[in-house]
Amino acid sequence: MATLAQSTASHDAHDHDHEHHEEGFISKYIFSYDHKMIGKQFLITGIFWAIIGGLLSVIFRLQLGFPDLELHFLKPLLGGWIDESGKLDPEFYLALVTMHGTIMVFFVLTAGLSGTFSNFLIPLQIGARDMASGFMNMLSYWLFFVAGAIMFVSLFIETGPAAGGWVVYPPLSALEQAIPGSGLGMTLWLISMTFFIASSLLGGINYISTVINLRTKGMSFSRLPLTIWAFFLTAIIGLLSFPVLFAAALLLVFDRSFGTSFYLSDIYIAGEALPNTGGSPVLYQHLFWFLGHPEVYIVLLPALGITSEIIATNSRKPIFGYKAMIISMLGITILSFVVWAHHMFVSGLNPFLGSIFMFLTLIIAIPSAVKVFNYLTTLWRGNLIFTPGMLFSIGLVSFFISGGLTGIFLGNSAIDIQLHDTYFVVAHFHLVMGSASFFGLVAGVYHWFPKMFGRMMDNRLGYIHFWLTFVGVYLVFFPMHYIGIAGFPRRYYSWTGFEFSNMYEDLNMFVSAAAIVTFAAQFIFLFNFFYSMYRGRKANQNPWRSTTLEWTTPVLPGHGNWPGEIPTVYRWPYDYSKPGAKEDFIMQTVPLSATPESNLPHEQELVKLEKEIMAEEQEVLVANEAKS
Amino acid sequence: MYGFLIAVGVVLLLSLIWMVYRIQTLVSVVKGSDKKIASSSNSVNAFLFIVFLVLFGGLMVWYSVKEFDNYTLPVASEHGIETDKLFWVTMAVTGFIFIITHILLFIFPYKYRYDEKRTASFYPDNNKLEVIWTVVPAIVLTVLVIGGYQTWSDITAPAPEKSHQVELMGYQFGWEVRYPGMDGVLGSHDYRLTSGTNASGIDFTDKNALDDFTSPVVVIPKGEPVEFKIRSRDVLHSVFAPHMRLKMDAVPGMPTRFWFVPTKTTAEMRQELGNDEFVYEIACTEICGRGHNAMRRVIEVVEPAEYRKWMAEQKPYIVNNPSLVENLTPDLKELAEITISEHK
Ligand code: HEM
Ligand SMILES: [Cu+2]
Ligand SMILES: [Cu+2]
Repeated sequence: MATLAQSTASHDAHDHDHEHHEEGFISKYIFSYDHKMIGKQFLITGIFWAIIGGLLSVIFRLQLGFPDLELHFLKPLLGGWIDESGKLDPEFYLALVTMHGTIMVFFVLTAGLSGTFSNFLIPLQIGARDMASGFMNMLSYWLFFVAGAIMFVSLFIETGPAAGGWVVYPPLSALEQAIPGSGLGMTLWLISMTFFIASSLLGGINYISTVINLRTKGMSFSRLPLTIWAFFLTAIIGLLSFPVLFAAALLLVFDRSFGTSFYLSDIYIAGEALPNTGGSPVLYQHLFWFLGHPEVYIVLLPALGITSEIIATNSRKPIFGYKAMIISMLGITILSFVVWAHHMFVSGLNPFLGSIFMFLTLIIAIPSAVKVFNYLTTLWRGNLIFTPGMLFSIGLVSFFISGGLTGIFLGNSAIDIQLHDTYFVVAHFHLVMGSASFFGLVAGVYHWFPKMFGRMMDNRLGYIHFWLTFVGVYLVFFPMHYIGIAGFPRRYYSWTGFEFSNMYEDLNMFVSAAAIVTFAAQFIFLFNFFYSMYRGRKANQNPWRSTTLEWTTPVLPGHGNWPGEIPTVYRWPYDYSKPGAKEDFIMQTVPLSATPESNLPHEQELVKLEKEIMAEEQEVLVANEAKS
Repeated sequence: MYGFLIAVGVVLLLSLIWMVYRIQTLVSVVKGSDKKIASSSNSVNAFLFIVFLVLFGGLMVWYSVKEFDNYTLPVASEHGIETDKLFWVTMAVTGFIFIITHILLFIFPYKYRYDEKRTASFYPDNNKLEVIWTVVPAIVLTVLVIGGYQTWSDITAPAPEKSHQVELMGYQFGWEVRYPGMDGVLGSHDYRLTSGTNASGIDFTDKNALDDFTSPVVVIPKGEPVEFKIRSRDVLHSVFAPHMRLKMDAVPGMPTRFWFVPTKTTAEMRQELGNDEFVYEIACTEICGRGHNAMRRVIEVVEPAEYRKWMAEQKPYIVNNPSLVENLTPDLKELAEITISEHK
């Protein structure tokens, strides 16, 4: 506790600049450079998109679950997309699926998750005043905002939004004749994604340089919380893979607008033979999945980082296998770049390449398995406190297992022949990527809400929200495995045209009903979120009795995060329930020399080193004192 | 009217949430439980994990058993028997892990729920354990992969020489089925020749094309290798024959293929399932536009003898579309006319 006292007593030159001038509304809430405000902007925008994305899925689930239902009541919302007899237009169905996927993957779980927590937590947990570049950070949010605005507009244009699936494979996405959504809607999709990629890159560069350069004294890489490791590696993945998506999109733009033939060849459509020859649609798939697969980890790793932190805190135990967790994340990072073609086993890919990618894909299952076992061991003999954040983290582990295991089927090219593009895949990725990451996001919000808004969210509403959502997600996505094994293809407006798939009306109805209830349950969260923001119980400085640096800041940290000197770090972030210690947690800012009763043998040796550092620090402090 | 009802519903729902919320905050303030590290809800949540485990575990087992015949499609190809085997082996392995890990994941919360009198054990790492659970999954996965690799290599190996060829061409929205005719060779094609009468863009200057014929149904012989030559003339499609465990994308500009050996005739399958209406089907599994869910074709598997008889009865495409061969060079035209007259 010594450092805490010191830091509040001391004055920092930096601080004086900010104390006296009042910020205007615009620079505080809109074009803010402050990482905490930018994090909140990402969060609120992400929540907005989650509602839209969820709503779209409810609409198309209505069609799948209740094919005979007349949807006249949606007319005020969808207008001409509901025909005379109250049926949803099949092309609009595809547009809904496409927009749902795009929104969920990119806007909610990339920007809403990484954007929120990387921004909010990196400076707070590594002990930095702000991001490396506040301006770039601000730009990153506003580019995302523009991307969102353009995508939003595309929902309302006459020909409808892009409708070729979230992967927008050409030639379907390149030819307006093929589907109306490939006209203006697709153009807007491409423009929007360009802004989005720029936003991601600016954010990513910032996260990486901040983690590398701005760690406080003593915060070595081996003392970083796993959240930071996760955000750091996520940013690296994004930085390496998003440019490839940009290349793919750019070539698509050329094909669409300038008559090139990167992806187009031998096409006869709408009574006309097109002049394009020599292009390859498979090229696009390679480029797309070179981003697309790492993207799965871009949405998943931050969620895993967040849960590592929450599970350790609420088990009152160190995360089991800190080093192994880092190594597996590193493994996942590297391997995520060499498995992309498992999405293309039956695309006409060279079968030999297929077998290579099958081997590589199943290798990536190993670090994932290690992570699961480590989570389980962390829970083992803990002293578990079920905060809503903890509940959602346990839920995440469950989804990660369920969805991860079905990946072993799909990664096996021989089995994938049958399962590819069926509902089995929909079940798989909704569990492992959709729901797991979504739970990570929600867990993070519950856990860091006190730090964001200085108030607590309500626990009981949190419990109700958790159980409804957890049960709901399984009721929605587990049955899809059966439907998928039975061979039901995805992106189908209706299955009744085929003998092999004209059953399961009851099951589909059940899934749709469960989806509606699950969606409705999210409003409990929304209420809790916005109500607690203003009326929630006041939080104290460290409500979860956690060890990491963000809980040493004032309840509502101002600009620069710490009013005084930035605290120094003396230990790793997981000293929970250390034998001999008075309390069941020791903060990272507590020097080893202050806790001789609980130090492990190798830590006792570090004490000497630490003494030297502290002496040095004292000198700096004195010098500062003299200046002011 | 609907809008009004929905609005009322939403308002009711919101006020309900609001009331529940107020009541329970008041209760917790009265009980002082908002000050404790872990309130009484902690045990309730811990217990609910067990309830969830039992309930959902039971539900899963019950449904998986009860519906088994519904969600498993009968298999009718040689390689399909292999891939099904792989599927169920993988199911056994992953199912086992699924159940074990979930039992642990849901029992631990109950067993180790917060208790003021206890402290968690400080157990930061154990390299031996890490090595074990890196190596064991690695071995299990290797075994699974090797099985998959062998099957995959067999499936994707070049088709046997004597296999029967059928061309499936995807278009918005349907499949064009073309047979090579008696010469066993499909005539070449060029998409620029596509027209109302020549949907597949067959190039009749290739004499192999003269006896090609089309068919509304994919007829194939049982027990003999069949090779689907797959292509598309507009956007991506994907041939999916679920009972054959067969799937392959149709790519404009890049022909693909898939060969297999059907093991049961349609009649045999009908008898086996006790369903007189049963047919093998082809669906499309790559999003392709408005009619994506309606690209249906029927496959009819027949005895080899019947197949040959059927082949012999088919009329070359040009018989009913003689205009297609009008502008050929004289010698080709002669050949075409012979072909036509043979089948008149
Ligand atoms: C309310 C919860 C959700 C429901 C009921 C739901 C339902 C569905 C369904 C049924 C499909 C398949 C539609 C089809 O193929 O015809 C689908 C597609 C998809 N969903 Fe969700 N989903 C939900 C949440 C999410 C989340 C959180 C994510 C985030 C990853 C997500 C990502 C996707 C993606 C990427 C697709 C594929 C879109 C495509 O085929 O182009 N969904 N969703
Ligand atoms: Cu992938
Ligand atoms: Cu299709």
